Amino acid sequence: MALSHLSSTRSNRFLRPLAAAAAAAAASSLCRPISTSTEPLVIETSIPFTPHKCEPPSRSVETNPQELLTFFRDMATMRRMEIAADSLYKAKLIRGFCHLYDGQEAVCVGMEASINKKDCIITAYRDHCTFLGRGGTLLEIFSELMGRQGGCSKGKGGSMHFYKKESGFYGGHGIVGAQVPLGCGLAFAQKYNKDENVTFALYGDGAANQGQLFEALNISALWDLPIILVCENNHYGMGTAEWRAAKSPSYYKRGDYVPGLKVDGMDVLAVKQACKFAKEHVLKNGPIILEMDTYRYHGHSMSDPGSTYRTRDEISGVRQERDPIERVRKLVLGHDLATEKELKDIEKEIRKEVDEAIAKAKESPMPEPSELFTNVYVKGFGTESFGADRKELRATLP
Amino acid sequence: MDRDNRVCVMGEDVGHYGGSYKVTRGLADKFGDLRVLDTPIAENAFTGMGIGAAMTGLRPIVEGMNMGFLLLAFNQISNNCGMLHYTSGGQFTIPIVIRGPGGVGRQLGAEHSQRLESYFQSIPGIQMVACSTPYNAKGLMKAAIRSENPVILFEHVLLYNLKERIPDEEYICNLEEAEMVRPGEHITILTYSRMRYHVMQAAKTLVNKGYDPEVIDIRSLKPFDLHTIGNSVKKTHRVLIVEECMRTGGIGASLTAAINENFIDYLDAPIMCLSSQDVPTPYAGTLEEFTIVQPAQIVTAVEQLCQ
Repeated sequence: MALSHLSSTRSNRFLRPLAAAAAAAAASSLCRPISTSTEPLVIETSIPFTPHKCEPPSRSVETNPQELLTFFRDMATMRRMEIAADSLYKAKLIRGFCHLYDGQEAVCVGMEASINKKDCIITAYRDHCTFLGRGGTLLEIFSELMGRQGGCSKGKGGSMHFYKKESGFYGGHGIVGAQVPLGCGLAFAQKYNKDENVTFALYGDGAANQGQLFEALNISALWDLPIILVCENNHYGMGTAEWRAAKSPSYYKRGDYVPGLKVDGMDVLAVKQACKFAKEHVLKNGPIILEMDTYRYHGHSMSDPGSTYRTRDEISGVRQERDPIERVRKLVLGHDLATEKELKDIEKEIRKEVDEAIAKAKESPMPEPSELFTNVYVKGFGTESFGADRKELRATLP
Repeated sequence: MDRDNRVCVMGEDVGHYGGSYKVTRGLADKFGDLRVLDTPIAENAFTGMGIGAAMTGLRPIVEGMNMGFLLLAFNQISNNCGMLHYTSGGQFTIPIVIRGPGGVGRQLGAEHSQRLESYFQSIPGIQMVACSTPYNAKGLMKAAIRSENPVILFEHVLLYNLKERIPDEEYICNLEEAEMVRPGEHITILTYSRMRYHVMQAAKTLVNKGYDPEVIDIRSLKPFDLHTIGNSVKKTHRVLIVEECMRTGGIGASLTAAINENFIDYLDAPIMCLSSQDVPTPYAGTLEEFTIVQPAQIVTAVEQLCQ
């Protein structure tokens, strides 16, 4: 009975002229769960974890078809979004700085899979995808990038200042490394309020050389704060390769007395496993450092071609061997969870979604001139800012 | 801290030691280590932590053991503390209070005698207040804690030993209001923090010489209380600013510009500003005295202006 139901659905979706062929196909691939199956699947990560002063988690990651397809969809959306942002920048609709995350999608998607919205994430300026993962919408992202009212920060933040308080996403910070002490503050508040939640403070291989990181690490370890420091090591701090900036590029060992784990950041399942392990570890034992070995295809930002300090062969090599989306695609096809065509359909759908979001964002108006002066201070207990004669300073821009 | 258990204190030696100027004495015993936190010597990190905690709704009070040390946390104060409310489109408020002693003490040396009001005054999004008496210290501190905006509270090293009878019950001083210390008719003297006492000393001499100075303690360094100041200027038509800040780019410089912009029609004489000399504070006692404004200089300045 289930089989005939399957075959009729199949024929509707794929317009197969011969119902018999469809039935036969369905019969031969009997265990063909359509994307929504939650049957557990155990997959090995690409490489084992490298630990520092701790026991690494197992290489076998428990997942299920639905999750894998969600990974595919989320990462493909992020990839498409970043490429669209690239075009918008070249069309001068996005100005200033635009730091793209394509290539690194597995890190934020894997992280999201292992935590909930009460856990906090704070990152630096390469935050578009992390924001999307935390529940941001494409419309909010594109509106903010183009400086429109509909943006998540009302157009006043820009590419480097995305925030979503209700989902625990704390930004979005321009100054390299400054977000790590903030992250420790978030973890401190979580400990103060006795939530059983953790904070992930992300930073890059360039920021790993900032002094405030070590200061914050010392305080976190001393006070047992539930913080996980995640170094997204894409091997280049803007134009400087990691071996030219750090005497010891083993960022996961830099914590010394704080345990660490090195993870293949292009494998979304490894990231998920590591973050799950880290969350459990940190709630009992204090901070841990995760180093995600990842790669960005674009240059540091849109004004950087990305090829003056690395070869095109290197970039295309990583794209061929380690691309996170391709890995999930191979897993999905290999375990027969969807067809090639279904995946292409998903990508087409995503492209359409992104284009629609961009079109809608373009319609969003620029902020009102009076918005220049709002949100500088919070109105409240005796905190109005007065000009002479106690009249509020209102702007009338020409 | 009794009233609201989101209030916590962080700083170096604020807990078990009781604070280097005994400001937080007894609090650690009463509220415990999680609410009165002894931090390691990492200003950048613990100021950042205070701001991060404030983003989630806690109300930390961050103490710089000496205001000068907060220069190490300037990035956090400027970029994160001041700007996050704006760049997040209003999503986050930062109800933090950053406080600490500053100003020229008794031969503490150049690096421990700094006045940072001028460095912080351009940061958008923060409020700055300077307390000068036990009464306004309590009131301004309570107001600063209850404010949803980040407030930097400037205390002065030499004012910690002042004794005054103050009410036991709760009271709050308005964060943007200046204090009328001595009403007068001839000249408006604007001052804040320790210079208030030098001005009052000079005022005694001036009264004996027949002058009637109006002394206003501006208290709110950002934003200026131009209402009180303006009313005073309209009455006396002469302004003298006495401050401990550096001459170049100091609070006095901004205040002069603000008064000139708004009240030029009411002034009978150019505004005079007496500030500290633009030098690092020397160690030698006599030299240190020359760095800051002394009562005798104030008297001379008033006589000059009132001619």
